[in-house]
Amino acid sequence: MGNEKQTFIKNPTFKWVGTRPVRPDGMDKVTGRAAFGADYQLPGMLVGEVVRSPHAHARIKSIDVSAARALAGVHAVVTAEDFPDLPSEIAAGGEAPINFRDVSHNVIARHKALYEGHAVAAVAATTAAIAAHAVALIKVNYEVLPHVIDVREAMRDNAPLLHDDLFTTGIDPQPTTPSNIAGRTQFVLGDIAQGFAEADIIVEREYTTQPVHQGYIEPHACAAAMGADGMATIWTSSQGHFMVREFCAKLLKVEIGQIRVIPAEIGGGFGGKTTVYLEPLAMALARQSGRPVKMVMTRSEVFRASGPTSGTHVWVKLGAKRNGTLTAGEMILKYQAGAYPGSPAMLGGMTGFAPYDLKHAKAVCYDVVSNRPKCAAYRAPGAPMAAFGVESALDEIAQQLGLDPLELRAMNAAKAGTRALYGPKFLEIGYAETLAAAKAHPHYSAPLGPNQGRGIASGFWFNIGGQSSAAVHVNEDGTAEVVTGNPDIGGSRASMAMMAAEVLGIDLAKVKPIIGDTAQIAYSFLTGGSRVTFATGMAVVEAAQDTVRQLRERAAKLWKVEFAEVEWRDGMAYCTRTTEEPRAPLSMAAIAHSCAKTGGPISGTASINASGAGPGFGTHLCDVEVDPETGAVKILRYTAIQDVGRAIHPSYVEGQLQGGAVQGIGWALNEEYIYDQQGRLLNPGFLDYRMPVASDLPMIDTVLVEVPNPGHPFGVRGVGEVPIVPPLAAVANAVSRAIGIRMTDLPLSPPRILATIDRAKRST
Amino acid sequence: MEAIKYVRPNSVDDAVRSLASANEPVRVLAGGTDLLVQLRAGNVRPGLVVDIKGIAELKQIQVTAAGCRIGAAVAGAELSERADVVAQWPGVVEAFQLIGSTQIQGRASLGGNLCNASPAADSVPALIAAGARCTIAGPAGRREAAVEDIVISPGKTSLAQGEFIVDFLLPARPAHSGDAYLRFIPRTEMDIAVVGAGVSLTLDANGRCTAARLALGAVAPRPLLVPAGATALVGTPVDNAALEKLAAAASAACTPIDDKRGTIEFRTRVAGVLARRAAVIALQRAKGN
Repeated sequence: MGNEKQTFIKNPTFKWVGTRPVRPDGMDKVTGRAAFGADYQLPGMLVGEVVRSPHAHARIKSIDVSAARALAGVHAVVTAEDFPDLPSEIAAGGEAPINFRDVSHNVIARHKALYEGHAVAAVAATTAAIAAHAVALIKVNYEVLPHVIDVREAMRDNAPLLHDDLFTTGIDPQPTTPSNIAGRTQFVLGDIAQGFAEADIIVEREYTTQPVHQGYIEPHACAAAMGADGMATIWTSSQGHFMVREFCAKLLKVEIGQIRVIPAEIGGGFGGKTTVYLEPLAMALARQSGRPVKMVMTRSEVFRASGPTSGTHVWVKLGAKRNGTLTAGEMILKYQAGAYPGSPAMLGGMTGFAPYDLKHAKAVCYDVVSNRPKCAAYRAPGAPMAAFGVESALDEIAQQLGLDPLELRAMNAAKAGTRALYGPKFLEIGYAETLAAAKAHPHYSAPLGPNQGRGIASGFWFNIGGQSSAAVHVNEDGTAEVVTGNPDIGGSRASMAMMAAEVLGIDLAKVKPIIGDTAQIAYSFLTGGSRVTFATGMAVVEAAQDTVRQLRERAAKLWKVEFAEVEWRDGMAYCTRTTEEPRAPLSMAAIAHSCAKTGGPISGTASINASGAGPGFGTHLCDVEVDPETGAVKILRYTAIQDVGRAIHPSYVEGQLQGGAVQGIGWALNEEYIYDQQGRLLNPGFLDYRMPVASDLPMIDTVLVEVPNPGHPFGVRGVGEVPIVPPLAAVANAVSRAIGIRMTDLPLSPPRILATIDRAKRST
Repeated sequence: MEAIKYVRPNSVDDAVRSLASANEPVRVLAGGTDLLVQLRAGNVRPGLVVDIKGIAELKQIQVTAAGCRIGAAVAGAELSERADVVAQWPGVVEAFQLIGSTQIQGRASLGGNLCNASPAADSVPALIAAGARCTIAGPAGRREAAVEDIVISPGKTSLAQGEFIVDFLLPARPAHSGDAYLRFIPRTEMDIAVVGAGVSLTLDANGRCTAARLALGAVAPRPLLVPAGATALVGTPVDNAALEKLAAAASAACTPIDDKRGTIEFRTRVAGVLARRAAVIALQRAKGN
């Protein structure tokens, strides 16, 4: 494939790639035919409900389920006792190593409830009303313990301890007393002491960000059935049905082959659906009752028991020469993991300085547990908070040196050959190109009025490859199905069909993209890490190439010529033998029609472990106006620029940039978790957890910069995560410039901004 | 599991009978945009729900020499289509329109917004500023009350058992009058007021203020009429000095709480800002008619 790969990249004359056809999932979604997690109905199905801890931290002394069991209509009640007590061990899985004991304890609390909303029991009954009644009848005897919410408080020596067997990793020798600090990781490049000694100016600041929820519109929902033979089927909306299968097998100690997971249409994930919450409970309830069980979270449950990403405290020190050359950077990142270890602190440390060519850099990352829901992946996990610190500090350096913030970044931009703090040297990357595009954009030179400010920020995120499978089934009439194993959270079905049509050379309308369940397609790692268009796309390309090879073989057989004498162009086989009468070209339909005579059905497959993923960089421009009397921030104009490698379906890629920018704007302006003194969440709903609404935002402008990734047949880079990295700092830099005061704590809510303005007025 | 009884009377008398004779906790249903949410959340558990939308009188809008009479169950979308009401009371209508989304506007009512007894209800400060009075039906017949006398504290009204609101009267007023309502929310829609301010004022032929009313929402346990606001404006040309006095009066009247929607400091400060800005809009409207 090597030569063809290079041909695709260097000769971008495509029929489908880069066009904007109607999305294949659109019709089902607008007509309501798309079946989401809560849409499955099975005969005899029960309703499952979860009993949740009202306490932020409590020992579970006993659970009396007898009254609930005795209630007519109740068919199953489960507690942690109904699940195997797994050993604490780190296993490969998901996007990072996983301790399945922690996953199990998060799904259903064992011994201790670690946050308000932590599941402690589950029931299944014939109706929702009976299930709710049964929940009320379950008597949990709690011993309420002191709790801790804030990350820095959790790190103190005298903080309430969540786990008495948690000893900080990454410190030599490992501590012998337990703490809430799960781990310390550090990255070092060069010698920061030397780097700071070379600096003419140094900016050193602390930044805080609040935990934010992924905010998917579809709450977690699933249905599970398990037969007397121990064979289970789970219908669920997730970012990886193979992940759900693996996790459920681990948590219920059954073989992977006993579980079939059928992916539902998914109403948003953003990383938050890369783990399990309800599925193991539904499966245990189905096993106990012998009947199918459906479980659907309320929005309040989604907020109290799933996601979010970490709240953070980030300290940044940046040094620069008077001409703007950066000499050194240092970061200390403290990230909330929630109730169990596993915050993305390390990813923050790896990404924050990545856009810059720094000879001397260091990042120290702390993963800290506290009495909040266990954090889950959220779009470029860990990167936006680190970028908030670094890009804010850069903005201050630009202001102090009187430099154009884009120029400052361009002067220090990482390029091919730059060594990143986390280790590797970059190959072909397009960061500098995004800065040039930003500079050239009319947005950058548009005038600003009073109380207005313009913020600039950049961001970096990885792209991963991994295991993916694809199959192309050629139908009798020459149409084709493209089957893959990755839930479509961002338009991947369109990309899969377009890449297959491009390789097959046929009309896109003849290619139907399908997401196969765990029994219909070989293993595919979950939809995450911006990997699907890259890695699963690569599998699709290879499966389509396999199909083309078979089609050529069949044509050779029909023509009784050598394989090498058959060329495939524009969906047709052409015979190149010139010594005989010319043979009329054969269409894919004609070859498919006669496949019984040439060897049977035609089907190409590929199962790969993709490598060669290329990282992405983005630069965002944000204009705001601040009402100096109320502290309200209006986003006037926003432009997101990104190196996307090559956009397969540009509209979808633009949508990713817009969506990431909007989520980042919400994170910057108003989203936060508000707890009472008892550690109970006060705003578990969209009214008081303030994500932006459409009228809060201008149309987000986008610029797609295409620096093809040499590691993909079409030059694809994953694009979904980069766009949430710059906005926190882009908005904060804009606000800081508008009011003339540096803002370092998110969210930039009106009370905070007004208090800051008023305080500054009083002190002058 | 307890069942909920639902009745839909088609006369005020029948509704009063249902409400007065109920032995169980009872709720009046108009648009239901608050009640149904509270029911689903399990925050209220009535045994009886009396739906008043079937009563013709409660769905009427009448504009007479006495003023605008608006049925308690008239939906926001219906009032918005009445150009005559919009022309006379733009502040009341714009406050009503701020409640919820387009879909909610098709249902939400002034009666419901008032009787839900939220300190943050958007239409209530505008109604109070307008000097609106409401007609209350009950077992003892009908009575009238000023809108500012209905809400006592969050979730509580001065209505007795069996009573409900039939309509609102926005009394006619002289030429050169105008009103306005502004609220502060962190977003641009789909939110609940952190501060609300309604102003209604009348000018004489020389542009001097002869009457004014200021009302605030979300800055106290109930929507407030602020008499000092009127004092600040009456007798002045509503100039900057008067507006600053109005703002100070508004801030001084606040007794807010710190909660998830805003701080004491913020609400107190912004109440003054919004009062001033609403007065400027009301002034422009008064000059224009």
